[in-house]
Amino acid sequence: MAETKQVIVRVKRQVSPQGTGYWEEFALPWRPAMNVIICLRDIAENPVTREGKKTTPISYDSNCLEEVCGSCAMVINGRARMACSALVDKLEQPIRLEPMSKFPVVRDLAVDRQFMFESLKRVKAWIPVDGTYDLGEGPRMAPETQEKAYPLSRCITCGSCLEVCPQVNAGSKFIGAAIISQVRLFNMHPTGAMHAKERIAALMEPGGVQDCANAQNCVKACPKEIPLTESIAEMNRAAWKQALLGWLVG
Amino acid sequence: MRQPKIIVVGGGLAGLMATIRVAEAGVPVDLFSIVPVKRSHSVCAQGGINAAKNQKGEGDTTWKHFDDTIYGGDFLANQPLVKRMCEAAPGIIDLLDRMGVMFNRTPEGLLDYRRFGGTLYHRTAFAGATTGQQLLYALDEQVRRFEAEDRVKKYEGQTFLSAVIDEAGVCRGICAMDLRSMEVKTYPADAVIFCTGGVGAIFGRSTNSVVCTGSAQSALFQQGLDYANGEFIQVHPTAIPGEDKLRLMSESARGEGGRVWVPRNPNDARDGKNVPESERFYFLEEWYPKYGNLVPRDIATRAIHRIVFQEKLGIRGQAAVYLDVSHIPRETLDRKLEGILEIYQKFLGVDPREEPMKVFPGMHYTMGGLWVNGEDQATNVPGIFAAGECEYQYHGANRLGANSLVSCIFGGMLAGPAAVKYARSLEIGAEGASASIFEKERKRQEEKNQTLIAANGTENPMTIWRELGETMTEHVTVTRINKDLAAAEAKIRELQERHNKMNLSDRSKWSNQTLNFARELGNMIVLARVITLGALARNESRGAHYKPDFPDRDDANWLKTTRAKWVGGEVQFTYEPVDISQIPPRARRYDAAK
Repeated sequence: MAETKQVIVRVKRQVSPQGTGYWEEFALPWRPAMNVIICLRDIAENPVTREGKKTTPISYDSNCLEEVCGSCAMVINGRARMACSALVDKLEQPIRLEPMSKFPVVRDLAVDRQFMFESLKRVKAWIPVDGTYDLGEGPRMAPETQEKAYPLSRCITCGSCLEVCPQVNAGSKFIGAAIISQVRLFNMHPTGAMHAKERIAALMEPGGVQDCANAQNCVKACPKEIPLTESIAEMNRAAWKQALLGWLVG
Repeated sequence: MRQPKIIVVGGGLAGLMATIRVAEAGVPVDLFSIVPVKRSHSVCAQGGINAAKNQKGEGDTTWKHFDDTIYGGDFLANQPLVKRMCEAAPGIIDLLDRMGVMFNRTPEGLLDYRRFGGTLYHRTAFAGATTGQQLLYALDEQVRRFEAEDRVKKYEGQTFLSAVIDEAGVCRGICAMDLRSMEVKTYPADAVIFCTGGVGAIFGRSTNSVVCTGSAQSALFQQGLDYANGEFIQVHPTAIPGEDKLRLMSESARGEGGRVWVPRNPNDARDGKNVPESERFYFLEEWYPKYGNLVPRDIATRAIHRIVFQEKLGIRGQAAVYLDVSHIPRETLDRKLEGILEIYQKFLGVDPREEPMKVFPGMHYTMGGLWVNGEDQATNVPGIFAAGECEYQYHGANRLGANSLVSCIFGGMLAGPAAVKYARSLEIGAEGASASIFEKERKRQEEKNQTLIAANGTENPMTIWRELGETMTEHVTVTRINKDLAAAEAKIRELQERHNKMNLSDRSKWSNQTLNFARELGNMIVLARVITLGALARNESRGAHYKPDFPDRDDANWLKTTRAKWVGGEVQFTYEPVDISQIPPRARRYDAAK
C-alpha cells in the first residue's frame, strides 16, 4: 500500500483576547483539492495534535467559502489571505496559520474587525436616499463610470489591506485603504457625489488619507484586486483640493 | 402612544429590507445576526434579479413574469402574492438603482438586462456576476446609516436560540446566545421578523454558506410554528464539486450564451476544448429546443443526471458535464461574468475563458420554509413574521433563477410594515409580559448548553453532520424513491440518537464554536426529518420533487401545500389547497413554447 501523503499544519492558538499565543502542529491525511478550511474541519473532527495530544477544535471565522463574504482572512505562511481560496497543494509545508495581527484576537484565528465597520460609518459610506417608497428610476450612468466603480464595490471588508499596511499599528488611527476606496466609490455615484465633501472631510480627520505613507502593500494583498493605491491617490488629491479651496469652491 | 420595539433575526437581503422598512416607520429595531450582516449568504447570489421592465422591446410584462414564475414552480405557489411580487419588481429595481447598486449599463446609461432560466425574455438586471453582493451591500449601507442615527441597533455575533412565547401563545421576544461570551440572554420585542435563510448544511455540502443551517427555522418549528413544502429542494444544475462546499456557477453563464455539453464518446481522452463541434452532444439544446440551455433548474439538473447515470455519458465516465463559455468574446466575459469565472479559476486553476468548465448539480435552495399567510408574511404564531428563503411562499415546487433576490426584498418590504402594524395594535406589549416567561426560556436554553457540555458519550458532531449530509444528498435530492426515503428517515433517527451521546471536544466557556455547532446540528436533524418525510408522503412528481415511481404531476391528489407540525416529538402533516385563482394549472413542458 502506498504511503499516505500528509499535510502538516501549524496553528498559532490563543484561548481568549487576554491569552498569549502558542503553537500546535497537526498532521492530516492529504486529499485532492484540499484548502485551509478543509484542514480546519479535519482538525475539528479529530482534534489531536501531531504528538498525539488531545486538544480543542480551532476557532476561526468562515462563511461563504468562495471568497466573497470576507470572513476567513488570516495569515497563511506569513501572508494575509482568505483561507477558503488557499489551496494546500500550492502552499509550502508546514502550513503556518496565524490570526491577523492588526485586529484584536477573539480566539485562535478569529479576530474582531469591528473597526472597519465603524470606519464605514465615520465616512458615511452610503447613498442618502430619501426613502424606500417609489421615487422612480435612479440617475443614468455611463457604462464607463459603472465599469470604473464596479471593481471598487467588490470590497469584501476582509481586512487584508490593513494587515499588510505599516501605517496600521497600535500607535495609529489610520483608517486603511479599503475605507478610503469606499469613499471614492460613493463619491463617483451621481447622488453620492452630492455629499462628496462630507466624506472627504471625514477622510481629513486624524487617521485619514494623509496617514498613508505610500508603502503600496495594500494593492498587492487585496484578494479582489481592487485598485486601492489609485483610490488613495485620488482621495488624497480631493482632500488637498478641499483643504486648499475650502468648502465653497471645488 | 406606546413606542413598540421590533426584532429582526437575520441580516441578509430580506432581514435588511425589513429592518429598513421598520426604521423608516419610526420604530426602533434590534437586528440580530450570526455574522456581521455584510457577510450574510445573500452575498453569494451571482446572476441577477428579475423584473419585467421590458427594456429590450420584447413585449415583456409583469403578468408574463408572474406566469413564468407560477409555471416554473409547477403551480404549487399560492398565486395572489406571487402576482404582487412580480408587479412590485420593477419598482424594487428602481429603488436598488437609487441606492447606488452598480448594475451593468447599456450605452444609453440605462440598466442592462440579460436572459435567465425559465423565461424567453431579457428580464434579469445584474451587476457583473456578483449581483447578490452588490444588493446586499446597498441594503447594508442603508442600515448602517440608520445605525449611525441610533435607529437600528445591531447584535452581530449572536445566534438565535428560541422565541419567547407566553401562555397565550403570543411571541414576546427571543432568546439568543453571544457567540463570544456564550452568554444566553432574552430580548423582549412586540414582534419578531425571521429572515434566517436557507438550509444547505442539512445536505452537508451545498452552494450555501456555513451559517445556512436552518437551525432557527427548526427551533421555531419545534416551538409550534408550521413548516410548509419542506420536501421541495432545489438542486442547481451547475456547481463545481468541492469537499467543503459546492461552488455555484451561475445560470447567468448560460444566460450570456454558455452551453452545456458532453463528448458523444464518453471515453474521449481529449481536453474539452479539443473536442470538435461535431463530436459534442449539446443535450439540453437537443432535448429542449425552445428553451435550450435556459430550461428551469429542476429540468436541467435531471437532464444532467440522466446523461451521467443513465446514458453513461459523463466526461470520462465521471459525474461531470461541460459548461462552456469559451466561445464568448473575452471582453464580454470580463464585463458580465468575471466574478464567477474568477471563482472557477482560483479554485481549479483553469481559465474558463479558454477551456470548458466541469460542473455537476449541487444542493442550492429550499423552496419550502416557515408557513406564512398569503398576505403579510405572518406565521401561525402571533407576533412572528418570516421573510426570505426561510419561508415558503413565492416559488412553488421550483424557483426560477434570479427570482430569489426579488422575493427576499419583496418579503422584507411586506414584513417590516406588517410587524409595525401588529406591534402598534397590541394593547399590552412585551413590556407587559411577565418576567417569568423570559426567565423560563433562558433557563431552558442554558440547560441545553449544560447538557451538551456535560455529555460524556463518544460521538463527534462533525461525524454526525457528515453522515447526515451524505444520507440527505444521496436519497433526498434529485431522484426520490420511497424505500430509500424510508431508509433515510431511519438513518436520521439513528443520528438523532447519537446526537444525544456526544462528547464535545471543547468545553470552554469562551467562543466555543463546537458547542454552537452541536446545537445547530440537533436542529438540522429535526428539519431533515421534515424534508424527508414530506418527500416520502408526496407520491407524485412536481417541479424539483421527482419520483420515478410516480412520474407525473397529480393535481387531483397533490395540488396541495404540505404543512408540517411538530407534535410530541413527531412530524405530522396536514395539506391545504393551493390558491390557483389567477392562472389555471396546465401541463408544464419546456421542449416547446408554453
